[in-house]
Amino acid sequence: MSKTLLKGGRLVDPASRTDTRADVLVDDGRVAEVGPGLDAGRAEVVDCDGLVVCPGLVDLHVHLREPGREDAETIETGSRAAALGGYTAVCPMPNTDPVADNAGVVEMVAARGREVGLVDVFPVGAVTLGQRGSELAELGAMARSAAAVDCFSDDGRPIREARLLRFALEYARAFDAVIADHAEDASLTDGAQMHEGEVSAMLGLAGWPAAAEEMVVARDLLLAELTGGRLHLCHVSTGGAVELVRAAKARGVRVTAEAAPHHFTLTDEAASSYDPVFKVNPPLREKADIEAVRLGLADGTLDAIATDHAPHAREDKEVEWATAPPGMLGLETALAVTLTELVEPGYLELATAVERLTAGPARCRRLGGHGGPVAPGAPANLAVVDPAAAWTVDRAKLASRARNTPFHGRQLRGRVVHTLLRGGFTVRDGRATR
Amino acid sequence: MLSDASTPCGLGALLMSGMATVLDAADVQRALVRIAHEIVERNKGTDGLVVVGIHTRGVPLARRLAAKLSEIEGRQVPAGTLDVAMYRDDIGTRPPQATHDTELPFDLAGKVVVLVDDVLYTGRTVRAALDALTDFGRPRAIQLAVLVDRGHRELPLRADYVGKNLPTALGQAVRVQLAETDGSDGVVVEGPAEKVVAS
Amino acid sequence: MDKHLLSAADLTAHDITRVLDTAAHLAKVTDRAIKKVPTLRGRTVCNLFFEDSTRTRISFELAAKRLSADVINFSAKGSSVSKGESLKDTAITLEAMGVDAIVIRHGASGAPWRLAEWVEAVVVNAGDGTHEHPTQALLDLYTIRQRFPGFDGLKVAIVGDVLHSRVARSNVLALTTMGAEVTLVAPPTLLPARVETWGVAVSYDLDAVLPKQDVVMMLRVQLERQRAGFFPSLREYARLYGLDGRRLDAMADHAIVMHPGPMNRGVEIAAEVADSLERSVIADQVANGISVRMALLYLLLGGPTEGFGEPQRGAPMGRGVA
Repeated sequence: MSKTLLKGGRLVDPASRTDTRADVLVDDGRVAEVGPGLDAGRAEVVDCDGLVVCPGLVDLHVHLREPGREDAETIETGSRAAALGGYTAVCPMPNTDPVADNAGVVEMVAARGREVGLVDVFPVGAVTLGQRGSELAELGAMARSAAAVDCFSDDGRPIREARLLRFALEYARAFDAVIADHAEDASLTDGAQMHEGEVSAMLGLAGWPAAAEEMVVARDLLLAELTGGRLHLCHVSTGGAVELVRAAKARGVRVTAEAAPHHFTLTDEAASSYDPVFKVNPPLREKADIEAVRLGLADGTLDAIATDHAPHAREDKEVEWATAPPGMLGLETALAVTLTELVEPGYLELATAVERLTAGPARCRRLGGHGGPVAPGAPANLAVVDPAAAWTVDRAKLASRARNTPFHGRQLRGRVVHTLLRGGFTVRDGRATR
Repeated sequence: MLSDASTPCGLGALLMSGMATVLDAADVQRALVRIAHEIVERNKGTDGLVVVGIHTRGVPLARRLAAKLSEIEGRQVPAGTLDVAMYRDDIGTRPPQATHDTELPFDLAGKVVVLVDDVLYTGRTVRAALDALTDFGRPRAIQLAVLVDRGHRELPLRADYVGKNLPTALGQAVRVQLAETDGSDGVVVEGPAEKVVAS
Repeated sequence: MDKHLLSAADLTAHDITRVLDTAAHLAKVTDRAIKKVPTLRGRTVCNLFFEDSTRTRISFELAAKRLSADVINFSAKGSSVSKGESLKDTAITLEAMGVDAIVIRHGASGAPWRLAEWVEAVVVNAGDGTHEHPTQALLDLYTIRQRFPGFDGLKVAIVGDVLHSRVARSNVLALTTMGAEVTLVAPPTLLPARVETWGVAVSYDLDAVLPKQDVVMMLRVQLERQRAGFFPSLREYARLYGLDGRRLDAMADHAIVMHPGPMNRGVEIAAEVADSLERSVIADQVANGISVRMALLYLLLGGPTEGFGEPQRGAPMGRGVA
């Protein structure tokens, strides 16, 4: 295999607390050496002067739509989008058709990911059969399968019965697996279209009150405490929810939490155009909530930035608001949005931002070889980023099959230059290698 | 003796750039009186005659004419108002015009309608007024009285009674002022005289 | 005025006054032998109704026809829409047919905004979901203006299911723009979130509010709201928020009662009040609806399609005019 020297970049590796100018030598798929002024030998030299070298990004929460909705996205197009976003590992949610609630489907998804070879795919298995919320799926079979699933979620749907979530948290302990919950009280959000507030009242759209998320977060935290199980909270979006997680962590509850870039960037005002590209679940909230999410990511209450990448076929989003399915793209813009909205205004240091995109998510699941540390012997899953590159998001130029990015037309700073998956370039000079 | 309104005045000297008052208050009044007498003469009285003013300035002129006619013949001549905004031929090419009330408190059948407007120019307003009037009924005849005829007709229409023939250049504006709408009576011409054109 | 009429918030006080003034003049067309003016001859107006509404649709149809426009009616039932053709596809079809204006009534809030993105035609919102119904508000204001000299300081109560009412939203916007003092009366469950930011007063007590009002606008309460749990029973709703004979007597002598129709006799309005209202209010509102919609179509379609600025008074001097 080839040898590559990433030369002269700023190495930001939170897992080893590194933030310094250093070269990284990659050989035969692994990091061979890290340090200043390395000898290239027969390695291909890649000039990283002015660029940031970091672990490949890890996305705990994506929807790849395959099997079932390949018209919106496939494992291949999704992987390509991920690689272009600097990702080397993604965790696709099980709400496919058929649902990934058994070993067969999760193995198929993981295998397809390997076949495409642009990103490592770690499927999330469903908690309940068909995600119907009534019977546990065979978590053990999925955990012991070739896909080695260690995270289960009924994402897209809340787990309505506390009793069932309790059993899931307890049962999953046998496999040291995480239960990731989508916190939403369905009776309060029945028919809801957007966040409940001043804007929803003026727009005549039924509202999703913040309390509907917070009360389930509170429930889940109590159950995690009760069972000693591992809980992960998907897409935390409200100030109240952040507060609950902060308090629970202080008490020692085993919980990790993620937030999506749109939840620290866009408010419910975006719905005023009635363009369903801004329709998402949980919905875009108010300014104070955005602020709380940013602070939550800053102080570590929220462990990870996860995109909840949710592609939809064009015609599904070119309809009236009420009819459109919720969901936004995220893989290709996450890093840039994080740099522009969190680092530039000073909410997070660059190193912290990188942590929330790499080591932080990697801690939430077992994702061997991803998230750092960038140290000799580790698989060379790396991203090289130009933090200053300015670009404007153009939905027509995305690698994703879908077009529903809420950031179309937005000016961002920060662009992925190269992505390496086990030493092989999946993205070179901003273009996917295949 | 009433002055002959059909003789074009040699206004070339007066119509240089800037404003020029071509009719003062007394001129306006005299013109209206003369027109009233011409109407009576032509129609051999005011039997079956109604006067209808085209919004905006045709309306006060029509009222004055109706009053004068009533005075001359000693019997009431009714006056009405007509809004032509809905009948214009330039709808869709410029901002929608403000609308006004159309009040025709009489049956048009068998009547002679004297339409009144302040300025006759391209003829398009009169064309619209004829269409509007016809939607209300079928008069026996329609005659047209204007205070000023400034030429440049774009349609084959002419006035039956003219207060003043006023040859103008295309770039000029003719402003009629009336006591009811502007505080005093007068006719003013503004703008450069490129050439004087006989109507 | 903007190119489209989508929300009552799009109209300034000047715009609203202009619409009402123009409607007053156009109202006379109905009294003529020939109930037509040639103004919009050759233009095509499409009524795109995804929800049943005979009254509103006919009102727009007559308004367009009285202006000599051609009208096509596109109702969702039995059309390609019910077979699954999307709003966007329908929009493209209408655009290809060269329609000048589309009057849309749709069950989804915001549908007119989406339509406006897909067509060049002028879009008029005839009611979108639980959001707005701007032409209804305009005809309500017109009806009020027939009886009161002005809106400034006028006390208007809007009573009922404000949360789900597009008539309420549009009326609040238009009335507050014109300087009226609006009070919303409803059970707390039927008021929108953060309603205190709307520039209106709010009360849960109809009897306390009624005597001081100049106009009382009753909203229709839909029976499914009770089933969905917004209030315990229709009986309790009628008792607390229904307009009956006793409450009618408690109103000031000069005060008027309005209702956008159709009325739920025995719920928000007692049968005998509804019957006595039928003739006075509803009849006016129907006639006024046509005049107001004529005025709107004239103002929206009578100018160049890119929208326009201040109106011109009378016939200006210059080529192509007098």
